[in-house]
Amino acid sequence: MQAIEAAFGLVFQGHVLLVIGLAAAFGLFVGAIPGLTATMAIALLVPVTFFMDPITAVGAMISCSAMAIFAGDIPGTLLRIPGTPASAAYTSEAYAMTRKGEGEIALGANLFFSALGGLFGTAVLIIGAPMLAEVALKFSSFEYFWLALLGLTCAVFIGSGSATKGLVSLFLGLLIATVGLNNPAGVPRFTFGSVDLMGGVDFIPAMIGLFAVSEVLRVMVHGTAGWSAPQAAVGNLFTGWGRMFVKYWPQQLRGNVMGTAIGALPGAGADIAAWVSYATSRKFSKTPEKFGTGHVEGIIESTSANNAALAGAWVPALVFGIPGDSITAVVIGVLYIKGLNPGPTIFINNPQMIYAVFIIFILANVAMIPLGWAAIKAAKQILRVPRNLLMPAILAFCIVGAFATNNAAYGVVLMLGFGVLGFIMEENDIPIAPCILGIVLGPMLEENFVTSMIKSEGSFLAFFERPIAAACGIATLAIWFAPPLIRLVRRARSAPAAA
Amino acid sequence: MRRQLLRTLVAGLALAATLPFAAPARAAYPDRPIQLLVPWGAGGGTDAVARIVGSLLEKELGQPVSVVNRTGGSGVVGHTAIASAAPDGYTIGIATVEIGMMHWQGLTPLTPADFTPLALMNHDIAAVQVASNSPHQDIKALIEAIKANPGKLKASGTGQGGIWHLAMAAMLSELKIDPQSVPWVPSNGAAPGLQDLVAGGVQIVPCSIPEARSLIDAGRVKSLAVMGAERNAAFPNVPTLKETVGVVWEMGAWRGIVAPKGLPEDVQKVLIPALKKVYESKEYTDFMSSRGFGAVWAEGPEFGAFMAKGDAELGAVMKKVGLAR
Repeated sequence: MQAIEAAFGLVFQGHVLLVIGLAAAFGLFVGAIPGLTATMAIALLVPVTFFMDPITAVGAMISCSAMAIFAGDIPGTLLRIPGTPASAAYTSEAYAMTRKGEGEIALGANLFFSALGGLFGTAVLIIGAPMLAEVALKFSSFEYFWLALLGLTCAVFIGSGSATKGLVSLFLGLLIATVGLNNPAGVPRFTFGSVDLMGGVDFIPAMIGLFAVSEVLRVMVHGTAGWSAPQAAVGNLFTGWGRMFVKYWPQQLRGNVMGTAIGALPGAGADIAAWVSYATSRKFSKTPEKFGTGHVEGIIESTSANNAALAGAWVPALVFGIPGDSITAVVIGVLYIKGLNPGPTIFINNPQMIYAVFIIFILANVAMIPLGWAAIKAAKQILRVPRNLLMPAILAFCIVGAFATNNAAYGVVLMLGFGVLGFIMEENDIPIAPCILGIVLGPMLEENFVTSMIKSEGSFLAFFERPIAAACGIATLAIWFAPPLIRLVRRARSAPAAA
Repeated sequence: MRRQLLRTLVAGLALAATLPFAAPARAAYPDRPIQLLVPWGAGGGTDAVARIVGSLLEKELGQPVSVVNRTGGSGVVGHTAIASAAPDGYTIGIATVEIGMMHWQGLTPLTPADFTPLALMNHDIAAVQVASNSPHQDIKALIEAIKANPGKLKASGTGQGGIWHLAMAAMLSELKIDPQSVPWVPSNGAAPGLQDLVAGGVQIVPCSIPEARSLIDAGRVKSLAVMGAERNAAFPNVPTLKETVGVVWEMGAWRGIVAPKGLPEDVQKVLIPALKKVYESKEYTDFMSSRGFGAVWAEGPEFGAFMAKGDAELGAVMKKVGLAR
């Protein structure tokens, strides 16, 4: 109890709260710029934290990252430029809402459910961190292989068109993921002697190209008809949120649980959490036909998941010093510098610090609502700009974002190439989301498959030998083969009846 | 028309006249912001070192130092970007041990000789880690187990042909054991390798002690021996290979500040003392000791010789293991 009091004393000081507020504004700004990721925002903060006391430093990082992840949804929803791969899962959906005139509703849902997801993840972190970390630590390459495969399976469920076209897009993404040197054997593939291609295809320029540049091209070809519907303003935000919360609470809860669980696994993280949640939401929805046309249901589930995953990633980071994602990788470094060495002992030696971290997590997620709301109101003004002026500006933004990912013109070339690819794909009704999923998960799938095969000396049975792996494997295979089998059985039964 | 031509000519002459003075003008180096290129991603250990060096160098030089990540291709992209920049002192970079490895693999023609060595800032020696519930509780028992069952125990902690892979292979070949008797499982760095060690996927992770520190403190991982001449000051209980099995072998990862080849003497004379001050600063020493990174200093030609020696040693190991092309 004393520790909790001490923790409140540590956090509620003028300068600590001021720094947390400034870091939040900084995160909001960086996250809203396409191409700049939450990880980058955190890395930029590191030199500044050298001159802060431990709690201020950690507080700045937590509030900055939470804000940046949410802010990535703003350009995704309004301009179809996803800020992070985590928000790519529902970018098309949110943009469709904007086109229907419901941009503000989409962003409001993003904001509210992001904050709720973050709070849920924090609650789990507070209650179950040491226990959950034990489970997460049991995951080896065999389990991650199945997880990646399960993630890829989502490709079939997320595309609104035919499953075949979803698979075409997915395999295209997997092919793109093989480019470069970053494969388990360290052998250059499809590099054609180019040093830039050795680095592979970075998913951020690819993502910006596929989503945003393709949209610019489409407007160029089909003309600027203006927004098809006027933008509706949300009158009373609390009733709007209240209604959504009442209507979609099961989706929200499922997203939270899934997000926290996947986020706690080192090597999975917010990206997979968002994709899996979106696919689950569509699969179990009463109105799956509405998905892809600007329907808020899937957005709620996946946005809950990616913010819950953010807190989940702190579970293995705090307990074992193993980063759950690239953000916590940076944070662990800062924890060491500040003498807060992660490990089970931190809970015993430094309980007031841990409680202070929890308090900051809660504060950051609560502060997200007013700050985010102001950002949405400001960003919404973009939609007043006539589209024939907006599109060139979007292109300029895309170029800046693609350049910023690796500070090289190579990113810009990639982005333009993917823009053309995305345009061709969408003109032929091939969904682009599965392609991104392939680029993000392809390397994870390959890496874990190859390392597992090395460990098992080539025996496929090893994928079922460990209990968790076996469960994951059976679940994946069931998802693949159960529906066609059930259909086959039904047909076999109905056939004699008809005859 | 003629007047315009004349004007152009005069302008051209005036420009040409200033050129010889351009060199002395650089005496005021640095008079604009400096770029510090990092061949590895934001958030990693190299990035962290580069950022602290950058922010301290900024104070020394009185000019902004912007840290820029040029990632990809296992470091090839970033190292190439450093080497191919103009040698004017406005683009410098942080080179890592991989510069002495990737040309042996045939990935790039770049070698340490393509850079102007400025300052070695960090060196971390490899060590042998096992899970704390491992049946092999000391290095001798582990070596016996490797000898008894070649191919059974597997190691991880970096990519195929990465520094810890080579350190393990070199240690085995020093012990007159075939390096292939511990198959390498590639991983994306030490942290995933260590996680796999605790999860039971692999049995050995030969990374540096600081990388394994949190899991050692948590009692999940045990460090059996350091591959260096001396014990790690932060972990005095971990013996060296020399004490236990009598093998003198030293291999580890290092980071240093380099510039493109042909950096003028006068610029070097500004940068090296500034880096030395950074190295000696309280902020840098505190940072390095809190992260558990080994602070080691070598400047100019001495650093160049260090890189060349490491390059030759790594080449020899890679040929032995069959990784060189």
